[in-house]
Amino acid sequence: MNKQKIDKIMKKLKKSSIGIAGLGGLGSNAAIALARAGVGKLVLVDFDKVEKSNLNRQYFFINQIGKKKTEAIAENITKINPDIKIELLNSKLKKGEMERPFKKVDLIIEALDNAETKKTFIEEILTKLPEKPIIGASGVAGYGASDRIKTIKSGKLYICYDEKAKSSNEDILTAPKVCLMANWQANIALEILLEENK
Amino acid sequence: MITVNKREIEYKEDETVTDLLKRMKYNFPLIIVKINKKIIPKKKYSETKIPDNSDIAVIHMISGG
Repeated sequence: MNKQKIDKIMKKLKKSSIGIAGLGGLGSNAAIALARAGVGKLVLVDFDKVEKSNLNRQYFFINQIGKKKTEAIAENITKINPDIKIELLNSKLKKGEMERPFKKVDLIIEALDNAETKKTFIEEILTKLPEKPIIGASGVAGYGASDRIKTIKSGKLYICYDEKAKSSNEDILTAPKVCLMANWQANIALEILLEENK
Repeated sequence: MITVNKREIEYKEDETVTDLLKRMKYNFPLIIVKINKKIIPKKKYSETKIPDNSDIAVIHMISGG
């Protein structure tokens, strides 16, 4: 690819901002992928701390156990790219005002774990910020059957979807599948941000 | 004719979202319903009638993240 084209893409990404709700398997891995890709600003929201059981799939390290996930991921992003602007919100998203932290970003990634919270969050964003693209994921648990994953698009809503997956209460969460879905979301995000460059 | 998740099915007059979900046997507890790209909140399922030629998306939310 010629340098001019690459410069144009990198410039566009640097000017872009993405909000991520949740920093578990989906959110931590999507954040790292987007940081590596060169997205200029990330708004990251989570209330949890890093636990040992997270390390089989989430982008944290042993020495970060007990740390707030927001601070731990910021630390890891900074090691990759210290120029990214990071806004952290260390609290639970409150029903009725879940859109609040994300009003100014270009697009939102839903990276929550519980199905009910996912549904509530997506519905609130679509209702209150109808112009904002939102990328969700459903069917993260399990392993194998990569070919089942697809993107569902309806208006501004994109869902990275494995319809036949079991819930995480009934199936194991593994790095390959969760990272696949997280990177799938990040890949859709780039596609949306760079649409005009096609 | 209406389209549900890209599948064409018969249009039924006065059918609500609740009726349609029952007809399609979609009984998952947590779903997102969009009619012609507009989100329908759950509390409106029983009063929202589905217009002919609608494009409907029903997405099942599964825990894990």
